[in-house]
Order: sequence, then C-alpha cells, then structure tokens
Amino acid sequence: MNKLLNATGLICLFCLLGWQAQAQIGVRQIHQERSLYRNIIVTEDSTRRCMRFTITRRTGQNQSCRFLENPEHLVFPYARMTLSSLLVQDNPQRILIIGLGGGTLPAVYSHLFPQADIIISEIDEAVLRVAQEYFDFEQTDRIKVDIGDARVYVKRAGLRGEKFDLVIVDAFNGEYIPEHLMTQEFLQELQQLLPANGMVVANTFSSSRLYDAESQTYRNVFGEIINLRMPNTGNRIIIASTETLPSPDMLAQRADLWAQRLEYFDMDVHDFVPNMSTAVDWNTSERPLTDQYSPANLLNN
Amino acid sequence: MTESSASLNNLLVMSLAFISGFIIMSIELLGGRILAPYFGSSIFVWGSIITVFMISLSLGYLLGGKLSLRKPGLKQHGTFFVTAALLLLPLILFSNQIMESLFLIIEDPRYGSLSVSLLLFFLPTTVLGMIAPYSVRLLVIDSHHSGHVAGTLYFVSTLGSALGTLATSFYLVLWFEVNQILISMGVILFFAGFLAIFSDKTFAQNRQSVESTL
Repeated sequence: MNKLLNATGLICLFCLLGWQAQAQIGVRQIHQERSLYRNIIVTEDSTRRCMRFTITRRTGQNQSCRFLENPEHLVFPYARMTLSSLLVQDNPQRILIIGLGGGTLPAVYSHLFPQADIIISEIDEAVLRVAQEYFDFEQTDRIKVDIGDARVYVKRAGLRGEKFDLVIVDAFNGEYIPEHLMTQEFLQELQQLLPANGMVVANTFSSSRLYDAESQTYRNVFGEIINLRMPNTGNRIIIASTETLPSPDMLAQRADLWAQRLEYFDMDVHDFVPNMSTAVDWNTSERPLTDQYSPANLLNN
Repeated sequence: MTESSASLNNLLVMSLAFISGFIIMSIELLGGRILAPYFGSSIFVWGSIITVFMISLSLGYLLGGKLSLRKPGLKQHGTFFVTAALLLLPLILFSNQIMESLFLIIEDPRYGSLSVSLLLFFLPTTVLGMIAPYSVRLLVIDSHHSGHVAGTLYFVSTLGSALGTLATSFYLVLWFEVNQILISMGVILFFAGFLAIFSDKTFAQNRQSVESTL
C-alpha cells in the first residue's frame, strides 16, 4: 500500500514538473490527432500558433507557425526564403505547392498574385482539416487542394499536359522524407510540368550527405541551380529554372522592385541576394538519387 | 554416421528455408520502393503489397503442402528455388512498363497498386511460399517429431525474414540499387536451387540410413 502511495506521489510529482515546464514556456496544446501518417499537434503560446508532427518538445520541430497578432508576418526563415523565387520569375499564374502544412505558402502567394491558380498536393487529409480549423486556410475558386500522393498527382498532371509556372516542393520535414519525391525521375516529371520560364523551388536540407546527393540530383536534371542558405538557419532553398538563371546584378535589381511589397510579410528580400549562389559547393562524387537508389532518410542521418 | 548424415540434411534444408525467408521479406520491402514512383507511398500502397504477399504465401503454403504428398525430394525442392528465381525476371526487367500501362488504365491508385502488386509479386511469392511446408515434409521422419521439426523450420525461416527486412531497409538500399538487390536475390535463389537439385541423391541416401535405424 505504501509502495502504491509512493508511486502515485512520484507520478504526481512528474505531472507537476511536466506541467510547470510547460507553463514556463507557456505553450498550450490545443489540438492533437493521430492521422493515417502522423501525429498532428497544434500548440499555442502567447505569440503564435504552431502545427507539429512530433510529440516531443524539442525545439525546431514545428511544421508551420503563425503569429496571433500579425498573421501575415512570416515566422519561419524558410517561408521567407521561398519568396526568393520572385527574384527569378516574378509573375506565376499557375502554382503547384507540394505539401500544405498550415497553409502559409498558399496564403502568401495568393496575397501576392490574387489571380493565380494555386493547387496544393497534400497526402494527409487530416492536415487539410487542421489547416482549415486552426490556421484559417480556405479552399476557393483559385486555391484547391488535391488529397493524394504528390508523385501520382505530378505524373497525372504531366499526362494531362498541364503546366505550372512555379512548383514549390515543401514536403520534407526533419523526421521523414518521402524518398520518391527527391529522385531524378521525379524532377524530370516536374520539369515536364514547367512551361518556358517555369521554375521549381524546393525547401530542403542544408547538411549531411543528403545535401551533396540532392544537389547533384537537381544539377543532373536542371543544369545550373541557385542555392539559398542563410546564416544561422538549417534551411536551404534550391531554385531551378527552365531558363538561364539571373545574374547577381539582376537579382539585386529585382530585389529592389520587390522589397516594398514583401515588407508586408516582415522581411527584407535584399538579405537573400548575397546568399543566392550558383556555385557547386557540394561533393560531386556523391551518387545522385534515382528511383532505383534513393536512401534519402538514411543519408540524412 | 547416422547422426551426422541427419544433421547435414537438416542443415541444408534449414539453410534453404532461411534463404527463402530472407528473400521474401527483402522483396516485399523493395515492393514499396518499386511502386512509389507510380502509386506513391500512401498507406494503401503498402496495404496492396502486404495483401498480395499474404495471399501469395497462403496459396504457396497450400500448394507446397499438396506437392509434398507425392515423392518428396530435394530435386523438386530445388526446382521451387530455380522457378522463383526465373519468376523474378519480369519484376527486374519489365516492372516499369507494367506499372506504366496499368497507371494509364487504372485511375484509382488503390486498385492500380493492387493490380500491379498482383502482376509483379504474385507468382514469385507463391512459389517462395511453397518452400516452407515442403521443407517440413523433407525433414519429418516420424509424426512424433513433426511439431518440433515444423517449429524449428518456422523459427529459421522467420528469422531469415527478420534479417532480410533489417538488412534491406538498413543497409542494402543504402549501398545498392533496387534492381541490383533483386538480381542478387535471383542469383542466390538460382544457386540455392541447383545446390538442392545436386544434393538430391546424397540427401535421399542420408535419409534412408536415418530411417533404417529407427
């Protein structure tokens, strides 16, 4: 009996400590569900609301966050960095976004290009529900979500002869990478969706052997690519285009044109220009990823 | 002499069972890889693959058990391995063409992946499934020990499956291409089959000497 009391006491102590730790950071969990593919957790503190796919409280595990007061301000560097695409191609009319998350990128691009058709390919229906319920994401005449695997969507869109001026690949998180969305064959299928002056922007990894393998894969398909890495972030954006990529001078000029409009998102696009590089700074002897060889998750360790 | 003959027979059949267990799971795991470019890696793609493997194995068990009724021997056992190796060829050589044509015909990726899994995996897996029950027949000498023999065989082949899963998902996909792994599996099955076929005579003699002492 005593033992039982002790055990209960100990558990209560842990609960208390856990509650205190949570209270100190001030993070409240406001929703949790287990979908077919993952746990989806929505948390909130005094300043922001976030979607995460892991239960552990390690920092940096949030998929998508928005500020409660100024929801248009972008929380994550990668979302801001994605907008560097505007320095390469500044008038996309059809946009394909792979991976919905909290719907940040669709909201940003639809704000900038209200006339553009935006299609989002998302594998997990539950992510769509959570985005609608907790992140004000809405499907409209111009913004549509296709629930299913992006590889299948891209293949079918290619067969239908569809074109997208801009394809954003935002399907990778730290825990799991869909390996079939990183191969040479997939990139070739994406390439078929691009019209003249079309481009692919991928939010990917900046470290490990995967950096080398992925860079090598993109280069094999698209030729020269722009790498955007910002100091103090683990993010990297790859920009690939069907046209010749703009020179640094050209990027700087376009940054001048866009800077004011992008201030709305609480960012200065000029910051990116010196960090956008076409240099081959990876180990070119790393094997490119193909449908036959794509151990992306193992290479990311 | 009798004991060592018996253990030699055991060792051979057990090793073959281990190999088949290893290869079945290795192929199943690679199945996800093979189908992903056409059908994605949604949960139903795995559902299709696992369903087809289970159906094929169950049918294989049935057939293997049935075939063991008539003149069981290592020769026939070996032909299962060689046949399975040959049935892997369409998977290695034509999987893209097969998937491409079904992708065009069937819009729903659930039934697309199920049909493709059937076409690619049904035959080799069925034949690989025949090996386990047939092995039981090869090793059982008296009914008293049949449960023990079957238990040991399941132990060995399932351990093979576990290691096949582990080796493939942890290391093989990191070192080799999918087709390189499949070709190696085919070659191993082929040689295992020939080893069995050529050991048929010795095996029968060993068995006879063991039976005569009982």
